[in-house]
Amino acid sequence: MPPLLEVSELSKAFPLRGATRMLATFRGGPQAVQAVSDVSFNVAAGETLGLIGESGCGKSTVARCITRVIDPTSGTVLLNGQNIAALDKTAMRRARHDVQMVFQDPTAALNPRLTVRRMVEEPLRLEGKLTSTQRRERLFEVMDDVGLGRDLVDRYPHEMSGGQRQRVNIARAIATHPRFVVLDEPTSALDVSLRSRIILLLEHLRKRLGLAYLFISHDIATVKYLAQRIAVMYLGRIVEEAPGAELFARPAHPYTRALLSAVPVPDPDAATERFPLSGEIPSPLAIPTGCALRGRCPLAQPICAEPVPLRDIAPGRKVACHLA
Amino acid sequence: MTLTSAPDLATPPVRRPFRQGMARLRRDPVSLGALIIILAMVLAAVFAPWAAPYDPNATDISVALEASSWAHLLGTDVYGRDQLSRIIYAARIDLLIPAAATAIALIIGCAIGAVAGYRGGWLDHIVMRCVEAVMAFPALVLAMGLAAALGSGLGNLVIVIAVTQVPTYLRLIRGEMLRVRDMEYAEAARTVGNGDGRIIFVHLLPNCIPPIIVQATLSLGYGLLTMATLSFLGLGVRPPDSEWGEMTAEGASQIVTGEWWLFVFPGLAIIFTVLAFNLVGDALRDLLDPRMRGVK
Repeated sequence: MPPLLEVSELSKAFPLRGATRMLATFRGGPQAVQAVSDVSFNVAAGETLGLIGESGCGKSTVARCITRVIDPTSGTVLLNGQNIAALDKTAMRRARHDVQMVFQDPTAALNPRLTVRRMVEEPLRLEGKLTSTQRRERLFEVMDDVGLGRDLVDRYPHEMSGGQRQRVNIARAIATHPRFVVLDEPTSALDVSLRSRIILLLEHLRKRLGLAYLFISHDIATVKYLAQRIAVMYLGRIVEEAPGAELFARPAHPYTRALLSAVPVPDPDAATERFPLSGEIPSPLAIPTGCALRGRCPLAQPICAEPVPLRDIAPGRKVACHLA
Repeated sequence: MTLTSAPDLATPPVRRPFRQGMARLRRDPVSLGALIIILAMVLAAVFAPWAAPYDPNATDISVALEASSWAHLLGTDVYGRDQLSRIIYAARIDLLIPAAATAIALIIGCAIGAVAGYRGGWLDHIVMRCVEAVMAFPALVLAMGLAAALGSGLGNLVIVIAVTQVPTYLRLIRGEMLRVRDMEYAEAARTVGNGDGRIIFVHLLPNCIPPIIVQATLSLGYGLLTMATLSFLGLGVRPPDSEWGEMTAEGASQIVTGEWWLFVFPGLAIIFTVLAFNLVGDALRDLLDPRMRGVK
């Protein structure tokens, strides 16, 4: 059975503009920021793929390309065999009901001038399949699904708490019965006590409605709990992909090892690996040739200057490192 | 599962902007006074036939050029017309024309500015260069030129005032659009399947409303001032219609012979009304946009 979502060789470059572009031309440097390069992954129906990496590595750009908030520079995004990266505006509007997104900041993602009713009903109205009575039924059904009291239906965003707002975001995303939902750091703007609730809610919805998630986060613990498979991104590329448990037990890529060793463990006696990288992340304008990590990696060898493709090292495990 | 449906902490209290505004007004007597002046002017204009003691165009040579008295509170003009009645009737034109001009300028400016700001790129460049071309003329010179070219008439006066105001709205909305178009709710509106038109006019424009309200209030005052200036110069409202600017022009010729009231009272009407609109505009800005507090 083919996967629900099949992303292959997705790239996104943001061209420079104005003075920075002139400067780049003058210096002979690149004229675009390569935010995402040749990213490929699959998500099966009902599965959660975690996408982790530090800020600025291109996670959110991947999310925005898949949901076509921005247009990818190249690559294909097959959803149910349909390439949504190549759809025109009208066709894409129809396809949107199948792929939805939950945003990072629950407050910023809700229009301050619209009530819960209007926001959650809007995707249904645009989809145009239901009558107004059916839409109202569906509205209350979705609100029950996400645990929002029906009395909140005529509230504005500023009249709700942070957790309630994120529930509205989730309700809006699942209203049209999408099969695939992109979760762009859905818990990072919430305080710790609310995080677990939202995480449990998302997991509950996935099981009950058979949703597939692309779960983007820099919170390793959350990803560990939710995702069956995890992909690690560094500077716009996927450097490692593995089933969750295996990634944590035996990280293969040096970057993954560094990332995991930076996670604090709430046990002072636990044996934790120290695997520090040197230096800072290079500018996405000047990504090193070959392995992007080679300038910072303690294991770097001369061969690391060669191009390094993502290759299979075991069933279900992929890594982009010459040494692994 | 209880955890998934438990309420997330307490619900914050509901804000009531109108009640807040009224409470603020009570603490701010100047703005309250300004609001009362505007309301009084509007009421006088609407109920002019009842509010005015005389027919504004009835001449009576026997009382020509009389100073203030109990019979004629603000005196009479050359033809013996009651000045108070003329000022009250003039309020109709003096409020209606700036209001119509503001409405037109607001609609045109918002529509073009919103699309230009949202789309950006070459469209934005072309629109903004056109706006700059219009703004390169001093507003009054532009208004005088247009008024002279279009000829007199109330409809033309509305157009002239609207043209001088469109650039202000356009730039204001374009700037607001640049701010809101990158908000996450704009992206969210796109992901649920909205087209560009709906995103601009249903989702983003309503979030730009507070500064528009403030600007509209201020430009009612400016519009009135522009019209009065044009009329004073003979390019706007013509006699026998009464308009405050036109009345000051007529009165100005009487100053040397000592009939000061013909000049001063219509002038005061202009000053108080424009000032009132400005004060209310500033108060609204404080209320609707706390970030601009203290900025003039």
